[in-house]
Amino acid sequence: MSMRKVAIVGAGMTKFVRRALETGKELSWQATRQALDSCDLTMDDIEAVCLGTAPDAFDGVHMKGEYLSDGAGAWRKPYMRSYVGGGTGVFVPIQGWYHVASGLFDVVLVVAEEKMSSYYPHAQAAFLTIFDHTTERPLKPNLLWIFALEMNRYMQTYGISKSDIARVAVKNKRNAADHPSALLGDAEITVDDVLNSETLAWPVNRLDVSPVSDGAVAIVLAAEHVAKRITDKPVWIEGVGWNLDTAYWTNRDLAYPRYVEYAARMAYDMAGIKEPRKQIHIVEPYDPFDYKELHHLEGLLLADRGQAPQLVADGITHRDGDMPVCPSGGLLGVGNPIAAAGLMKVAELFWQLREEAGARQVPGQPKRGLAQAWGDLMQVGTVVIVGR
Amino acid sequence: MSSDYPGTSLSEKEIQDGTVLSVQDKLLGNFAWDTGIAIGKYLAGFKDGVILGSYCTQCRKTVVPPRNVCEWCYRPMSEYIPLGDTGVVNTFSLCYVTWDVKRIKDPEVPAVIDLDGASPLHGIMHKLGDVQPDQVKIGMKVQAVWKPAAEREGAITDILYFKPIEE
Repeated sequence: MSMRKVAIVGAGMTKFVRRALETGKELSWQATRQALDSCDLTMDDIEAVCLGTAPDAFDGVHMKGEYLSDGAGAWRKPYMRSYVGGGTGVFVPIQGWYHVASGLFDVVLVVAEEKMSSYYPHAQAAFLTIFDHTTERPLKPNLLWIFALEMNRYMQTYGISKSDIARVAVKNKRNAADHPSALLGDAEITVDDVLNSETLAWPVNRLDVSPVSDGAVAIVLAAEHVAKRITDKPVWIEGVGWNLDTAYWTNRDLAYPRYVEYAARMAYDMAGIKEPRKQIHIVEPYDPFDYKELHHLEGLLLADRGQAPQLVADGITHRDGDMPVCPSGGLLGVGNPIAAAGLMKVAELFWQLREEAGARQVPGQPKRGLAQAWGDLMQVGTVVIVGR
Repeated sequence: MSSDYPGTSLSEKEIQDGTVLSVQDKLLGNFAWDTGIAIGKYLAGFKDGVILGSYCTQCRKTVVPPRNVCEWCYRPMSEYIPLGDTGVVNTFSLCYVTWDVKRIKDPEVPAVIDLDGASPLHGIMHKLGDVQPDQVKIGMKVQAVWKPAAEREGAITDILYFKPIEE
């Protein structure tokens, strides 16, 4: 394939909060302005805009792409909203990537926004509509069911305990204590705090779950010849991958995320990565629930099946470990405004590889990182690999 | 990276007491979903106390709920096969929160049940009943408890729940 090299040249984000005063449009504008300022560009330099945002049901606004377009700086420009559920935040930079890699545009803005607090008082009930309306919804399912069922199957298949899994929540919430945008950073949290928090849907306790949040993130992508004029520290998009598994979620192996493996293999092939465990230095897998970080590390082939908990127990995935995982604090610590949370992971890699991550900086001059998200009815995997 | 992040955090109280103005509304959505071909047969089966799967002659897989195209080989699936109303608990949860976030003391027990007669790891989501929550185990054998025939309406809720049975 003949594709142009694409770099991330700027990034910005808002705070992630439970309820923002700002509207979704205003959050989008704030994150975008930060991203443009970070690379000294203005909206005049942007040739096209890609927007990612999750279900319209949260906002009660039909066609959120149009609704958010002025905040995202999209008017009078080629513009499109993409949406693959929770996978959106790592899909929308892929969409931006092919806009530039194809040769169609030189500079593209990628914005991811979520305002979940508008569904009042709690966004949970909006999730009912992800279940099949004829065969599942009459059972009055709760979104937690699907994760609790998957987590229990994962635990049972490999003999993993709740405290093995709770270590992930502790690690990420502690990491988030160093993130100025974080909603749930806590430097003092312990495994017991997680295990003793309210049982929502056994085996899921309250602190195993990331909270609904509001926030926005934006990045700027540029073709090679432009990127080198904009910055002397471009972060290159080396590989992208995405994949979908069956939507009949009760007809698949709940202990292993095959769709993540397929997406990862696509991205590794593109990036020329043969030994991901040696060649990926920082991982930002999707962690809306603590077990999902482990599940996804296995799907990404960065841990053997059932062995990811050992990496956490051994400190390998800590910020100063051999393979730091979610040094940002992840969704569990920074917050989970769905699409924005995924793009936050890509922005985190951008800052980490440029050694601009401040108190969160991973030591050892990391050269390559991987961000991953997952969504729809738990069956879409999206992966971006970046390097410097 | 900038150290000055925009975004203003509000509390629930500021909405409730009107410190911050909000507009509140309800969206009404009324729908009638016709059931289609394969799911129509599935629901009609419930009226007769039968759980139907569909079989792909190419892939030799029996899937449930039934569908009219095989997602593996993309060939039509037109063979509907009655499965057992028994199966094995693939996984379960003890859920203390309802779909609309109300707390409940006695948990609901949602489960994925791999049905006898379907291909391995092919099941449906339903609930368990007639069992103490602390007695539920993965691998437990269960059977559907049906509504009385006269009360069935061709819906997934014609099965009240699945209950444990002796092996």
